[in-house]
Amino acid sequence: MQYQPMTPELFIQYLFAGITYGIIYAIVAIGFNIIYNTTGIINFAQGEFVMLGGMIVITMHAFMPLPLAIAVAVLITMLVGALIEMVFIRWLQGPSVLRMIIITIGISILAREAALHIWGESVRTLPYFIGNEVTSIEILGARISPQVLWVIGVCSFMVAGLSLFFKFTSLGREMRACAANRRAATLCGINTKNMVTLSFVLSAGIGAMAGCVMSPITYSEYDMGPGLAIKGFTVAILGGLGNSVAAVAAGLLLGIIEAFSVSVLPLAFKDAIATSILLIILFVRPHGLFGSSEAASLKEF
Amino acid sequence: MDLLKRYIPVFCLLALVISVQLVTQFTETSFYLTQLTMSAYYSVVVIGLCVLMGYGGQISLGHAGFFAIGGYLAGALTTHNLLPFREHGLVVFLDRIGLLVAGKDLYGGNLLTVEPWAACIAAVLASGIIALAIGGPVLKLKGHYLAMATLGFGIIIYRIALASAYFGEADGISEVPGFMLLPGIEVSGSFRARTLNYYIAWGMVTCGVILLLNLIHSRVGRALRSIHGAEEAANAMGVNTARYKLYIFVLSAVFAAFAGVFMTHYNGGIGPSEAGIMKSVRYVAIVAVGGMANLWGALVMGIVLNFLSLRGVFGSYDDAVFGAILIIIMLFAPQGILKINLWQQVKQLLSHLTPALRKEETE
Repeated sequence: MQYQPMTPELFIQYLFAGITYGIIYAIVAIGFNIIYNTTGIINFAQGEFVMLGGMIVITMHAFMPLPLAIAVAVLITMLVGALIEMVFIRWLQGPSVLRMIIITIGISILAREAALHIWGESVRTLPYFIGNEVTSIEILGARISPQVLWVIGVCSFMVAGLSLFFKFTSLGREMRACAANRRAATLCGINTKNMVTLSFVLSAGIGAMAGCVMSPITYSEYDMGPGLAIKGFTVAILGGLGNSVAAVAAGLLLGIIEAFSVSVLPLAFKDAIATSILLIILFVRPHGLFGSSEAASLKEF
Repeated sequence: MDLLKRYIPVFCLLALVISVQLVTQFTETSFYLTQLTMSAYYSVVVIGLCVLMGYGGQISLGHAGFFAIGGYLAGALTTHNLLPFREHGLVVFLDRIGLLVAGKDLYGGNLLTVEPWAACIAAVLASGIIALAIGGPVLKLKGHYLAMATLGFGIIIYRIALASAYFGEADGISEVPGFMLLPGIEVSGSFRARTLNYYIAWGMVTCGVILLLNLIHSRVGRALRSIHGAEEAANAMGVNTARYKLYIFVLSAVFAAFAGVFMTHYNGGIGPSEAGIMKSVRYVAIVAVGGMANLWGALVMGIVLNFLSLRGVFGSYDDAVFGAILIIIMLFAPQGILKINLWQQVKQLLSHLTPALRKEETE
């Protein structure tokens, strides 16, 4: 591999690549967090939502304009999320963690295999929202594709929208109540079962949205889910499980580390970096970089 | 008496193994033996994982990694030519103590490789040591964290196998020579040795089962079950839970590595798919179907499902079938399908139908 000296332009280039991937990881991590907060389950099928969003929008784009296709893809994925919750999770009474892990792994396999039989093994891509592959904007001497700005913009908008939703709407407050104490929320008249369904719908929705905007840059294929899920989980752990604001910071951190690692390590090891970070964090600080260890000692790891 | 009860199923297993071989011989369907041999090796991984998951209560989504460490190391050591490094001190030393063998490759070139026995021991030791090293920190974790950490380990092994030239990258390692266990007894894929290899594989399964049965009924087994039941309580009773968990983790990794070594010699090669996540998930699925804490259930399911899968019964839906099995079992029968107590349900049904009978009983 040829060594390239790090110029300021190259630095900005890597930085933007890192932020693009980082914010996608953060979205996956927030998807984990939403479901974890309301149910205590880690949904191993989280990456499949992103894959479904990307694949459906590409199919839909053949029949309708892009904004409509995105809307349809997100809605369908939300529906899938709701179905998954209602069919597989809603009626289980106090399932053990081991059981839930295995069920969500099974769901992720089924979703992947279904995608394989519907769309095949080929790598697909959505056209760029503005311009094409070579269109670029110059920022601080580096050339950035406008799609990168789309990804960053849409994902930031989703993060902001979610935090407003949880803070200021009645439904968001009910979901938080359910996360804080499920029994107390039930006693207050909140239908906690519906809140769980809603959490699956929400995290499917944001996952699908991320899948749509990232598709022109990163492509979509049927087996992209597990890789994204493990990185999203790394980010969720890095920020402290359940903490969505920290997840954004952790996501950016992981994305940037990965982007710069490419200049030092062979590309083949890029995926191993995230997993190594995951293992190190789990061993050293399972409550996350930003979590407090006192609060963590009350939780089970 | 108790001991006899424990070993009766083992004798049944041996009788079954022999009768299956005889049946295939007389019906001239001995081609089934190839898949049965491979199923046997996979089942060795499964029974090791069964004791870890079912009795110790620790999930591992990285056991294909240990299988791959064993298989890849054995394959690489017995295949890669050491002749260019003949001057190197280590190679000279290995040669002097008789751990290297000279041979010929397909094109008649000279080869100097590691003796399979030495490679086997090195591979299994490596797997055990890696398990020991990562087991310490990993087994402190619980639930999702444990699952993700072991999954992460599996992914790293997969990536290393896929990215390093020494392990053949995407092609894996091929042309692995046979493994001469004893003079005349060789683990290899040759057509003539099919029946012999069938018995070698099943001998290994039997040894593994006997070892694990004794382990389950020993002090260690009781300690493990106490960990599964309530770890804090076990700790309070003075059981060194961390040590027992590590012990069983390493043991199951060694089982997987042995299976990997033998399988690689049997198949004459190994590819990165053996290290993939789907393989690990598949092992977990089989243990779950067999009923977590049920060694015989895991063994039976390991043979049946692997055999069907290797015969290609599920076609292109292979992974989907395993996914579906996982979900259905976990939703409806978390104790495994062998634990669905049919007799109990029939009795319940009967007692509903015949209230008169019940009345008589109470009188």
